[in-house]
Order: sequence, then C-alpha cells, then structure tokens
Amino acid sequence: MLNFILRRLLQSVFVMLAVSLIAFSLFRFVGDPVAQMVGQETSIEDQENLRERLGLNDPLITQYGRFVGNLVQGEFGFSYRTRQPVSEMILNRMPATLELGLVSLLISLLVGIPAGIYTAIKRGGVLSNVLLISTLIGISVPTFVIGIFLIYLFGVELGWLPTFGRGQTVQIGWWQTSFLTWDGLKSLLLPAITLGIYQLTLTMRLVRAEMQDVLKTDFIKFATARGINYRSLYFNHAFRNTLVPVITIIGLQLGGIIAFSIVTESVFQWPGMGLLFLDSIRYVDIPVMSVYLVLIALMFVVINLFVDMLYFAIDPRVRLKSAHG
Amino acid sequence: MDTLLNISQLSVKFPTRFGEFTALDNIDLSVAAGEIHGLVGESGAGKSTVGAAIMGLLQSPGYIASGDINFMGEQLGSLSAEQYHAIRGQRISMIFQDPQTSLNPLLRVSEQLIETIRQHSDVSHAQARDRAISLLEETGIRDVEQRMDEYPHQFSGGMRQRVVIALALCSDPELIIADEPTTALDVSVQKQILALIRALCTTRNIGIILITHDIGVINEITDRVTVLRSGRVIESGPTAQVLGNPSDEYTKALMAAVPRLDKRLDRFRNIVSDDILTKENTSWVVEGASSKLASDWLLQDHQFDTQEPDDNRQSILSVTDLAVTFYSGQPGWFKRDPGFKAISDINFTMRSGQVLGVVGESGSGKSTLAKAVVGLVDPSHGEMIFKSAVLPPGSRRARTHPARRQIQMVFQDPYSSLNNRQKVEDIIAEPIRFYKMASDNKKIRQLVASVLELVEMPQSAMLKYPHQFSGGQRQRIAVARALVARPEFLICDEPTSALDVSIQAQILNLLKDLQQTFGLSILFISHNLAVIRQISDSVLVLRNGALVESAQTEQFFSAPKHEYSQMLLRETPSLAMLQKQL
Repeated sequence: MLNFILRRLLQSVFVMLAVSLIAFSLFRFVGDPVAQMVGQETSIEDQENLRERLGLNDPLITQYGRFVGNLVQGEFGFSYRTRQPVSEMILNRMPATLELGLVSLLISLLVGIPAGIYTAIKRGGVLSNVLLISTLIGISVPTFVIGIFLIYLFGVELGWLPTFGRGQTVQIGWWQTSFLTWDGLKSLLLPAITLGIYQLTLTMRLVRAEMQDVLKTDFIKFATARGINYRSLYFNHAFRNTLVPVITIIGLQLGGIIAFSIVTESVFQWPGMGLLFLDSIRYVDIPVMSVYLVLIALMFVVINLFVDMLYFAIDPRVRLKSAHG
Repeated sequence: MDTLLNISQLSVKFPTRFGEFTALDNIDLSVAAGEIHGLVGESGAGKSTVGAAIMGLLQSPGYIASGDINFMGEQLGSLSAEQYHAIRGQRISMIFQDPQTSLNPLLRVSEQLIETIRQHSDVSHAQARDRAISLLEETGIRDVEQRMDEYPHQFSGGMRQRVVIALALCSDPELIIADEPTTALDVSVQKQILALIRALCTTRNIGIILITHDIGVINEITDRVTVLRSGRVIESGPTAQVLGNPSDEYTKALMAAVPRLDKRLDRFRNIVSDDILTKENTSWVVEGASSKLASDWLLQDHQFDTQEPDDNRQSILSVTDLAVTFYSGQPGWFKRDPGFKAISDINFTMRSGQVLGVVGESGSGKSTLAKAVVGLVDPSHGEMIFKSAVLPPGSRRARTHPARRQIQMVFQDPYSSLNNRQKVEDIIAEPIRFYKMASDNKKIRQLVASVLELVEMPQSAMLKYPHQFSGGQRQRIAVARALVARPEFLICDEPTSALDVSIQAQILNLLKDLQQTFGLSILFISHNLAVIRQISDSVLVLRNGALVESAQTEQFFSAPKHEYSQMLLRETPSLAMLQKQL
C-alpha cells in the first residue's frame, strides 16, 4: 500500500507541475505584467527598472523555477487590483467556499444515498417515480434558475430565509465560520441546496443503478436464500458493494462543487473564492487567477488521492492486489 | 423414509408480451429425507425454476399458476411473505452454481457464516463463531481458525464451494436445493464436492434436490432422478432404472448424446436436429448457392488426399520450448516483476489433417496456448513453425501474413463471439472481404449462403441477427465464419462447453464431417476428456502451464502414463450404468 501511495504522490507532483506551468504562462504571457502594475504616467525607464527588479528579463526557465519556488513556500504574490497579498485574500475567502461545499455535499449524500437505495428496491413504486421525475427536473434546470426560484419562494414570498451573504459569522483564528450562529446557518441553507441539487440527483441515480446491478448478483440471491433479513441484505450486503464506483464519482464531484461554485456564489452574493475569482476575471487580476488555478488543481489531486485510499478500506481485493504487485 | 417435500401438479407461468409462457407444466416431484433427488434436463427444461418455486424466489413476473408445494405437511403457497422468508435458510437452503460469484466479496467468510447462524438462532457471537468453525471443519476446510477470517477471493474454487455448503448448513436445514453445484469446478474438485454432498445427506439425513445438466453427476450420486424437458416431466424413478433402462425415447436419445469416456463413436445420434430445419424458412435461397459450391470453394487451392497414411503427412505446426509469461499491470520500480508463467516448455508437432486435443483443468494454460498460436498473445520464449515457416508472434505478425487467414478460431461462448449489431450475412462476408478472396458482391452473397448450407443452416439465416438464434445455431454461424476464410488450421477453444449435450453432439458431428471432408487440422481444446476422446487423434495434457503427457488418443485412454492423467480419467464421472445400452 505504501508503494502505491508513493507512486500516486509522484504522479500528483507531475500533475501539479503541469498546472503550475499553465498558471505561470497565464501570469507571464497574458498581457504584460509590468503594464498591469504601473500607472499610465510611469516613465519607460522606471518600467524597465521595475522589470529588471522583478526578474522579468531573466531566462524563462529561471522565472518558472522562481514561480514554483514561491508557490511551494506559500508566497503567492500581490493582487494587481487590491495590492493585498493574494494568500491573504484567498485565506479570507476559503472558509466560506469550503463550508458551502461541505454542507451541499452532506445534503446530497444524506438525501441522495437513501433515495437511491429506496428507488432501487421499490422499482416502479409511486414514491420512486416521484423522486426520479422531480430530481430529473432538478438536474435539467440550470443552477442559477433554481437559485433565483428558491430566493423568490423562501426569501421573498415566505420571508423565512436570508437571500444573500453569509449572515453573522464567528471568527475562530483566521477561519470565519457560519456554523456557530443561527443566522449563519440560515444563510447557508439556500445556497447549499442550490449547489447540492445536481450532485444529489447524480448520487441518487448512480446509487440506484449500482444497487440494481448488485441486487441481481448471485451472492445477493444466495443471501436471500439463506434468509438473511432484508435490512442487512440491502445495506450490509448490497450497498457496500456499490461503494467503489459511488465514491469515485462523489469525489470528483466534490472537487467540482468547490471549484465551480462560482454561479451559486454569484447568485447569493456568497463571499467565497468563486466570487473572488469572478471579480478577478473582471479586473484581469492575473496573480489571483493563477493562484486560484493552482489551488483548485491541488484540491482535485488531494481528493483523488483520498478516494484511492478509500478503495483500500472498502475492497479487500484491492488490498491483496497491491500487496502482490 | 419420510417424505420431506411433495410437489403435485405444479405449474409456473411467466406472462410476456406475446402471451403466457409456461415454464413448468404440471410437475410432480417428491423428495424423502436422506435422499438425493436429481433433476436433469437441457437448458430451458425448467430445472432451476423448480428450485426457485420451492424457495419462493421466482423471478418476477413469474408466478405459480396451479399446484401445491407441500413441505413437511405445510403448504408453502399459503405462507405470508415474512413466514416464507423465515423458512429460507432455516429449513430449506440452497447451493448455487458458481462459487466465484455466490459469496459476498467484501465480507469475511466468518462474518457471512456468523451472520447467517445468528439470523436463525438466538446465540451469542462467540457461540456462533464456534459453530461456524465446526461447520467449516465438517465441510473439509483445513486450518479453519486462521482461514475463516479471510475474504472469499483468498480461497480456491473448490474451497469456496465448501464455504457455500457450510453456509447452506448453518441452520440445520431439512432440505437443500443444489443448483448445478459442481458445474463451475474442475473434475477432481467436483468429485470431492459430490462426495461431501453425499456424506452430508447421509449423516445429517437431509433431503437434497440436485439440479444438473450432467448425466455423469446424476449417475455418480443421485438415488432418484427426474428427467425434465420443456417444463414437463419426461421420466422419473430410481437412478439405476432411469439411466440403465430408460423407457422414454427422449431419455434414450439424451443418454446416447453424452460423449463416452470409454468409447469412441463415429457419430452421435441427433435428438433435435429436425427442429432447426422445420422451424426455419428453407424456401428462401440465393441463386446459385449450394453446399457443393461451398465445398468446391474450400477445396480450391488445397489439395488434400484423405487416403494418405498419417505418418506420411507433413507437419503443419510444430512448437518448440514455447512459453508465455504475463506481467501484472504496472511494472515495479525497485524490483523486476517475475511475472506469471501461463505456459512454459511446451513442445509438440501436429501433422496436417489431424485433430490434436488439448485437455487440462482451469488455469492449465490451454487457452493461452491457443492464443499464442493464433496471435492474440506474444510468447515470451520459444518458436512456432507453421507450414515450414517461422510463425512470428502476434504483435509482429502482419495483417497480410498468410497465417492470419490460414489459422482461424472458434471461441467458447457463441453468445459473445458474434457481433450482435451485424447481420449474419455481414458477419460471414467479413473474412471474404478482409482477405480479398472475392470482390463481386453477388459472388460473396452466394458464398455466404453456400457456407451456411454447409454448416447445415438454412440460407435464409443470413438475413437475421445473431440474437435470433439459439446457442447451437450461433456456434454453427461461428464455424461458418471461420471456414469461409479457407483455413487449413482451425483452433476450437472449448467450442461445445457452453452448449447442451444434444447440441454438443451436433456440433461435434459437424466438426468431424468438416474435418474429414476438407482435411482440416484442428487444435481442439476442452476440459472434457470424453469430448476429447470423441474427436481427437492425439492428446496433450496440460497442468499448471506444463505439458504433462502427449500421446495418441486410443493409447492415452487405454493406458495413460502420467499419474496426473490417470487421476483425471479416474475422477471424471463415469457412465457405467449406461454400459448395457450400447
């Protein structure tokens, strides 16, 4: 297993190098960095001095090396727009996005998995069909429409839930959390549902399809013939066997949720990384964009590594194969 | 003996779009305690449906249309769903066919046993564990204490089937339904498992219904036997009487179609041949097509003298020191992967126009050998000489290499070896076009129709898709596809093991005829010694990738030299009871 993880880590390093190369070329070649930093009245000589000072005249490979070196040390540079350190800006925004992603993942799992199991067992039942059709609507309507609809219904008509922002938050160290206040939790609900509904549908349909396959297998038939009670049959015997494909997809989707929560964050004016990214694009804030790119790639890599390790926990056959290989 | 189970006038129906399909038609069956009752029949006979009906696990939308299942005085049909589920495992158990798939791969063997035991009796975890240990010991597993906490995939096929049996015994059932319990196992393991079933039946006084298609198995251990065909009981009675002195024509024909280990037959009797032709439309023909055209085409550039004595014939394939090693997916960084030697040190020579039987248990490397010759895997060592020229390994054998056409292959499973999205005409025409043997569309059509006729299929078959045919018919189409390339060398990898005995008999007849008419050289792979005896001139025995024995067929079956060959012959279920019939 250790061998396997080491190999995976090495692969991850290559992936990260490739992504940082893209981020670097974004930084270096999309527009002239110096022109972005200085005002219009700065003289050509001053611009040249600045260029020299920033090392922009060095060979490209040296510049790239320096770029990667800085990234590794957590020195992400300064934003063109706000003149603040990028690391500070991202750290400020990260808790909001991570909390939103986590809650929407929880919603999608807590609803999606039981619903998937239910619709697989009660095939053709009334409730099954209602679930399948309503989630089909959920998946085919764009996220922003759902968001606006939810705002209209719960925020405007019923007035139950706030429609934008994080509400009251509590500061724990540098982490700003909305989990600890009632207002924060209420604010979290609508965006989390909006963001999670796609994942929920996907999880439900995947679990359902996998369950249906597993329920047809001989070992389930044999367990039924042994009179194992249905609860254990469905959850312990059948559901466990669907986990490998299910966590693969959920893992990938979790990355997607966090990386592409841009639309939801924008609809709900959620002060997270997505909104920051959107603003950065608007103002061509290249340093923020390239760091964001690298961080998202890192997140995908970490999630995938974690999913691969989960396989070991779930499937004894994988454990054996890697012990031999 | 007490009657345990009594089925009377049971009918099971499956509603379909085209009306109701009757799977079982007024079946009577009774099983006593301590008795093994065999249910035998070909596919579609309804054997497994009987088992499912008793367990109350009929595949939806099937239902019991009429009749009773009486289990120890209780009408199973009148039970509620919960009461029925309580009987399952508790009083009636089941053993499934394939031990590879009937155990949950993610749960330890001990977990599966303990859960089942605790499901049916109110005992503590530790007591259940003790009981699991004694059950596993009873079924003949050694080092139980250490092995029971392993996962199913760590057990071999035979050991898994013992675990399955232990699971079926968990709650002291009175009746066990064993559905093809040894079909997926090698002969030597089969013998042990059958002996175990017999022993359990006697010592525990359990009634067993043994469902199988294998007459040999029936002969080996059953007390009574019921022959089923198309959902009806054909014949029922004590095994010795039914097999030794069958009264029904179908039973007689079925016995005659079983390949015999002790005797080589020139032809098998056909049980169902007439069905094929009468059901199909034979009036549709392609102009100018006939089996004569096909045979002329096949013999075109291939002079063959059937009269020539064996020894004078040229060697067509000779293999020296052949080895194939498989490496696991990812090469290691630090150590060289020694790989898995699928076959090694294989040497043999085949003369033109001969049939070489390759026999061995699963994992012996039979199929790997075939794949190396046909070019699907590369040998890691050794040399193959085909028609006095070196045969390059698959990856370096050009598409245009003559051996690509001259060596053709027929695969085991006719359900997956034909492309379901292509019409039979396109399937058979493909080799003609690929090897550019004819370009005129009319001519190609004629050839396709003719070769179908040669394999005893109606010409109109070319208009249909493979899924419209039965297994035996599909295998004929697969043979036609191989033949149309005008091969000199045919590789048949278990061509009949997915088929019923009656169909197997037909395909073997067909292969024999074709072989004799066209002087084909055939490498015939089978795990079934009786089949090998019927068709081959000489035999190779493989074991764990090594060549154990190589001999002329008759010599091999009368006096096998190697210990392992002797064991194989001994363990194959014999048909001694049929002796007097033939």
